[in-house]
Amino acid sequence: MQTVCIGIILAPLLGAGIAGLCALLEQGKKIAALSAIGGVALSFFLSLILLKNLLWDGVELHEGELYTWGIVGGIQFQFGFLIDRLSAAMMVVVSFVSWMVHVYTLGYMKEDPGYSRFFSYTALFTFFMLLLVSANNFLQLFLGWEGVGLVSYLLIGFWYHRESANVASMKAFLVNRVGDLGFLLGIGVILLVFGTLNYQEIFEQATRGDIAGQALQLFQGHHWQAITVICILLFIGAMGKSAQIPLHVWLPDSMEGPTPISALIHAATMVTAGVFMVARMSPLYELSPVASSVVLVVGATTALFMGILGVVQQDIKRIIAYSTLSQLGYMMASQGASAYAAGIFHLFTHAFFKALLFLGAGSVIIALHHEQNIWKMGNLKRYLPITYWTMLVGGLALIGFPGFSGFYSKEIIIDAVRLSSLPGASYAYWALFIGVFFTALYTFRLIFVVFHTHERMDASVRAHLTEPGASVWIPLIMLAIPSLCIAWFVGDALLFDGYFKNSIVVDPLHDALPRIAHHYHSVMHFALQAPMTPLFWVMTLGIFTAWFCYVKRPEIPGLIIRRVEGLHRVLLSKYGFDAFNQIVFAAGGRRLGHVLWQGGDQKIIDGFFVNGSAKSIQILSGVVRQLQSGFLYHYALAMLVGLLVFLLWM
Amino acid sequence: MEINIEKILFYGFSTILLGSATAVIFSRNSVRAVLFLVLAFFACAGLWLLQQAEFLAITLVLVYVGAVMVLFLFVIMMLDINVATKEARLVRYFPLGILIAALIVSQIIWILWKGGSWVGIQGDMNPGESNVSAIGKLLYTDYIYPFELAGIILLVAIVAAISLAFRGRRRGTRGQKIKEQIAVRSQDRVTLVSLKPTIRKDL
Amino acid sequence: MITLSNVLVVSTLLFGISLAGIILNRKNLIVLLMCLELMLLAINTNFIAFAHHYADLAGQVIVFFVLTVAAAESAIGLALLVVFFRARQTIRVDQLNSLKG
Repeated sequence: MQTVCIGIILAPLLGAGIAGLCALLEQGKKIAALSAIGGVALSFFLSLILLKNLLWDGVELHEGELYTWGIVGGIQFQFGFLIDRLSAAMMVVVSFVSWMVHVYTLGYMKEDPGYSRFFSYTALFTFFMLLLVSANNFLQLFLGWEGVGLVSYLLIGFWYHRESANVASMKAFLVNRVGDLGFLLGIGVILLVFGTLNYQEIFEQATRGDIAGQALQLFQGHHWQAITVICILLFIGAMGKSAQIPLHVWLPDSMEGPTPISALIHAATMVTAGVFMVARMSPLYELSPVASSVVLVVGATTALFMGILGVVQQDIKRIIAYSTLSQLGYMMASQGASAYAAGIFHLFTHAFFKALLFLGAGSVIIALHHEQNIWKMGNLKRYLPITYWTMLVGGLALIGFPGFSGFYSKEIIIDAVRLSSLPGASYAYWALFIGVFFTALYTFRLIFVVFHTHERMDASVRAHLTEPGASVWIPLIMLAIPSLCIAWFVGDALLFDGYFKNSIVVDPLHDALPRIAHHYHSVMHFALQAPMTPLFWVMTLGIFTAWFCYVKRPEIPGLIIRRVEGLHRVLLSKYGFDAFNQIVFAAGGRRLGHVLWQGGDQKIIDGFFVNGSAKSIQILSGVVRQLQSGFLYHYALAMLVGLLVFLLWM
Repeated sequence: MEINIEKILFYGFSTILLGSATAVIFSRNSVRAVLFLVLAFFACAGLWLLQQAEFLAITLVLVYVGAVMVLFLFVIMMLDINVATKEARLVRYFPLGILIAALIVSQIIWILWKGGSWVGIQGDMNPGESNVSAIGKLLYTDYIYPFELAGIILLVAIVAAISLAFRGRRRGTRGQKIKEQIAVRSQDRVTLVSLKPTIRKDL
Repeated sequence: MITLSNVLVVSTLLFGISLAGIILNRKNLIVLLMCLELMLLAINTNFIAFAHHYADLAGQVIVFFVLTVAAAESAIGLALLVVFFRARQTIRVDQLNSLKG
């Protein structure tokens, strides 16, 4: 099993290495692509073996330490694996989506000069992501965490000759730094409190209960429960990586990267690292209702307000990006409400349908020669049927249409939040509830505007409109299948039949899922029951609104915008987060830096300490050197005076 | 107060010593200063004789006066230093110098006054033996290593003094050329000429 | 009788005079050297007085060595003086200040 794990981790790294070598040597594009795809595919199949071991061969969990990096002060820094049902399932999803994206890239990036480089990055990303998922300790988790951040940076800035891409990559990196700082602090506090970084040992200590009550003094006179501090700090890291308000600002801009990357990293896998981490840390979060409440509220806020922004966007990728933000909010809210299984389930389904939507959008973008504005598309159903149908599947899954995979996960999340008794749960419930309407609205706005109505593109573009090649549409179909039906097969197991066993710990007091299970009988039944729930109607209202505003009466949106111009401007400026960061953090940081530079560095350190000490020595020595007259008799005199003093002393 | 010849000699030599020493530091002419110094040495040698240090007194006269002072004179005359100018500075620093010297002197004398021995000494330090042979025995037995060292110091001083002052052979001066002198062969110096004997007819 | 202290007072006065000479002398390096000789003379006189007082020849031996070293010192000092004079064309003490800081 250890060998399988190592194989899973190292296969993509090997692929990345070979592809990177090809990129350096600027030849062997085929080798690069094949090695990367081969590595990732190998990972996928090995992950399947791992999952099979866990599911049918009765292996409870596998924890193995591979290598000790170092021992410092009695603390071991290890490299190892913790393979249980959670991480195994996560590995399967990650490697599968990654594999699909790799295949898709074959076609999508065909013309790009950075072809080999791209494959090496994506394979490297897969390596880091798998490292993150399979970690059995925080250090390895952090390594993977930073690694995916790095690759994300590289890939957002993949077209480095574009200024906007560079700026976006820097933004992503910097915003992630903020989160990572919290994460690192959280790891530090864990080390302080538990004295180890190993998951199992930490959970063991945490469940024993003596830690939970321990208080930390953060500031003079302020005692905090240690577990709450840890959980909130870790969640700050998750906020950065999973783009929760207010650290979400990088994700929409990350759409500057190539579309497969948007699908792979910024929709399906990396951004879910935060969600995964929270689920992984469920034994800790269960001990801290405060932290859970924070997770819940932040997640719900993100889910609603980022969803609203999706409605005013015009760039096809940005719409999907905001939808991603919103869905990440759902997952987080679910984690906050202790419905970890539901959150992870939504993570899985979302990985499939969001990757599908992105790849579909990519297909549209190639077909239109890199046009991303939805107002220059229209009636593409005629030209790109496969893309249309697969994207329709993805869209329906996204909005949670009964029967589609997204329906199950999202429905249960909202139910779980409704049943949650944490502070802020009712706010979260309503936020998520209204979020459903906006999800439906922006998704179908996209589908209607892009694939229905009339053609708005240039005639020259229209003349060449065809479905892109097989490597593009095969992954679309491959992803559409799980988007449609994965919940039928694994939903029961994942949600109610205790698939995760002990890999996720939920305090029975606020475990919502069994209560939902009361009125859940079967997949079919649940889907048929849907029209009885208000959610269904909200969603239908969303679709209808989209149809009405963008198909039936296209002039309505303009009227609405004119009526509530202020609100529209707020939405276009994305609630002013960017402006706020620009003014407060960027400009303030610059001003602070200027003050420190001019005042602190130049005046005090350079002027006073460095030059000042030199100058004072110069002045002092200027005085002292007067004594060095160079005349013998002065020296003799000094000697005699010394002698005199000496004699007097005696 | 009993007057004896020893005391007269002591005070006489002391007066000459201190007076000539004062003259050394105040005389404007260096040559005259050296001559006063010679006088001071002679007076001191007299004092030393009174203290039964006959060998050293003679050495002082012979070595110091005979060699070192002459060296001083040589140098002064060789350098031809014109120092006859009136020194204003001397007057300016006079009080300070005198003050410091006086302070130190008075300190030492005060110490002597408090704890010094003002009683005359007893006994002969060289009973039945001349001072020269006594010192000689001491030097060649107990103090043989310092004695050798002193010899080496003198040798080093000779080498140092010569190498400092020697500027190489100047052109046009006469001197020995030892290498050439050693390397000379008889043929170079003596030419054997076979002369035909001539007979003077007129003899 | 001449006592030890009589001699010591004389040598102290001699030492003081030569001290004053070193401080006062501004014009002539040779006089400086001469003052040093006088100082050594005063010290030697001290040694001899003590040797006489304690009837111990060791004091006289030390004077012997001091004389040796003093002779060496004056020889080297004069050689240096000559070299210096050649370089600077003067031996005025108040012009010897190349070591001025």
